Amino acid sequence: MAVKSVIEAVREAITEEMTRDSKVFVMGEDVGVRGGVFLATQGLSEEFGNERIIDAPLAEASIMGIALGAAFRGMRPIPEVQFSDFVWPSVNQLIGEAARTCYGTNGAVQVPMVIRMPYGGGIRGGLFHSQNVETHFFHTPGLKVVAPSTPYDAKGLLKSAIRDNNPVVFLEHKKTYRLVRGEVPEGEYTLPIGKADVKRAGSNVTVVSYGLTLHYCLEAAEELAGEGIDVEVVDLRTLTPLDTETVLESVKKTGKLAVVHEDNITGGVGAEIAALAADQAFEYLDGPVVRICGPDVPTMPFAQTLEDAYMPTADKIAAGLRNLAAY
Amino acid sequence: MSITIELPHVGESVVEGTIGKWLKQPGDTVKRYEPLVEIVTDKVTMEVPSPVEGSIVKLLAEEGETLPMGAAIAEVATADSPEGSEPETAAIEVETTPPGTPDSPSTTGYLLRDVTPVGPTGGAAVELAEPTGTTASANPVRPAPVTPAQTTQPPTTTAIISSDQARLSPAVRRLAQEHSVDLSLIQGTGLGGRITRDNILQYLETGPAHPPAASLAPVGQPAGETSVDGLETNVPLSPVRRMIAEAMVRSVTEIPHAWSTVEVDVSGLVALRTSVRAEFEQKQGGSLTYLPFVIKAVVEALREFSTMNATWGGDKIILKNRVNLGLAVAAPEGLIVPVLHNADQFSIAGLAAGANDLAERARTKSLTLDDVQGGTFTLNNTGALGSYVSGPIINYPQAGILTTETIQKRAVVIDDAIAIRSMMNLCLSFDHRINDGAEASGFLAAVKNKLQTFAPGTSIY
Repeated sequence: MAVKSVIEAVREAITEEMTRDSKVFVMGEDVGVRGGVFLATQGLSEEFGNERIIDAPLAEASIMGIALGAAFRGMRPIPEVQFSDFVWPSVNQLIGEAARTCYGTNGAVQVPMVIRMPYGGGIRGGLFHSQNVETHFFHTPGLKVVAPSTPYDAKGLLKSAIRDNNPVVFLEHKKTYRLVRGEVPEGEYTLPIGKADVKRAGSNVTVVSYGLTLHYCLEAAEELAGEGIDVEVVDLRTLTPLDTETVLESVKKTGKLAVVHEDNITGGVGAEIAALAADQAFEYLDGPVVRICGPDVPTMPFAQTLEDAYMPTADKIAAGLRNLAAY
Repeated sequence: MSITIELPHVGESVVEGTIGKWLKQPGDTVKRYEPLVEIVTDKVTMEVPSPVEGSIVKLLAEEGETLPMGAAIAEVATADSPEGSEPETAAIEVETTPPGTPDSPSTTGYLLRDVTPVGPTGGAAVELAEPTGTTASANPVRPAPVTPAQTTQPPTTTAIISSDQARLSPAVRRLAQEHSVDLSLIQGTGLGGRITRDNILQYLETGPAHPPAASLAPVGQPAGETSVDGLETNVPLSPVRRMIAEAMVRSVTEIPHAWSTVEVDVSGLVALRTSVRAEFEQKQGGSLTYLPFVIKAVVEALREFSTMNATWGGDKIILKNRVNLGLAVAAPEGLIVPVLHNADQFSIAGLAAGANDLAERARTKSLTLDDVQGGTFTLNNTGALGSYVSGPIINYPQAGILTTETIQKRAVVIDDAIAIRSMMNLCLSFDHRINDGAEASGFLAAVKNKLQTFAPGTSIY
């Protein structure tokens, strides 16, 4: 299999789906001639023309609103939010409308659109180019939220998202774009939304994560293996709908659970998974549920030292898991 | 070495820049922050200041040339990095086939190593640079992050509390109920002696490891089973006994011990203690023993001889920046070594209060895990038990352990006259990998001298 980067996998998925289905189109800032600031749509303007790869003004509310209207009428838009930090003007279109339309019309109107958002920090992006936004959408019923960590998952899940009849927030951690490589099979494949993946099997401790930090968890697991601590690493891949079955199965096996994410700790995905374990795996827990997450600061600091302090790292994760294993 | 100037990232979402105009030419000198080059991007045109002071050796990019962020654009010779030497820094390191690439299906993916982020678009320059390979062999710009030492130390599980005091997790309660297990029969190996799920599963598999009598038997009158021939009695190990045994074996098998003893005239100290004892005990509460005075002398000597406050690191000696003094205490279950953290930052009165608190909590079994972790050197008052000289075993992985022996009035020769003085032996065991006799003797002499300077009038506050 060919080794590809996450950004290449994303580009392949968009290209294949646009070739397969003429209803699919892309709209966003700099996506056309420029090919996107991360080059996710590089070359697509030439291939599909500027009616299907549409350069939009710097107006997220309009991008989301136009995509929403197109989706109402049967198109399959892929609006791109250049950085997830910029999504806030379009939250009414996204949470106020897109998430509620299918429910509100008793299924008469569906919203088959995929909102792609590069998110996350660790890239010296500062306050307005590093935000983690997933918790806001994770909290909102009516949206699906996908956050892959590898090229293989990114491609298979993005293709599924484009074919899904619900609005899907597709979160791509921008640091993984070129930092994470992995094999991507030739030819057609899709991956089911709502299915987690055990990236590493283990028996002593379960660590659940997604996106960039998933890779740090794998590094920590590797380090701890040398100390005789066998860590199971669960990649959620999809935040909504949450694959509770895989998480609970793993927790019941190991009895110890840690959740790692870059987003702020309070009220985050980790809190929900901790509650899930307390609710449905209480009798199996053999230690406190541990969260290793970004601290509750308003946004990603710009100073390198502060950003380093903010970010979960393999070392921080290993230390947390080591303590949990010893509990 | 000359310094290589990179094309900096000049704004969000910008992945490349075009050299508009060089504002300095080879041979020119440039001050730090003085405009060096004009960079044109699709969003901005800006003058980029020089990050260093020096003289321009070479321009690596021509006017009109478009380059990815992070690409080398100029070489500057500085005072520290003269011309002609190898460039010190360059753009981004790229490993296209990183070591450790998984063999197995790899849909798991892997991280490229040592890639320097170049702004919000997250290393777009890496991809742009790959085809030419011009930046592939360059050095990483930033040093690899250093792992903080404390995060790599496995947690200590020295503190043992009896199982009825420990928290039982839901998993343990459920398993115990399902299998009708009497938890008092199980010895926990978790943090603080907690019974873990694995302890129960192990118990269910192999049955009780120790008869119940063992865990209830008071130390000193160990219960046991008489052997078949009636000639021996087998006493099961308590968890504390087992842990002590393992720690001692590890220390003597791994650490090459060496020993040294000095004799100290503590007459002044005895007089000092006598003079302040009543007032201290009335004011502060708690007793004033010789221990805090000895601690004071030891921690000051440890500050002076940093290699005694250290650990053997295999290929290095790890000096401990803090002085955390372990105090060996005979607790009911056996030896325990609570730690006075940052012991060098207390007065004698403060040390007395700290030591009393630790001893009291050791006796009442209310030490926390923190209380027994992080020791960097250990002090053992064997004299309290009447000992005159000892050969202590080092509290692994520390560099040494010091005993204070019993204080006795002895006839000693001072200036060719015989005097009756209060004398005490100090016995040191030290890790001979870290220190030789010279350092050990120096350390002992320092402790001795400090102890001998104590005299009535010395402030204990």
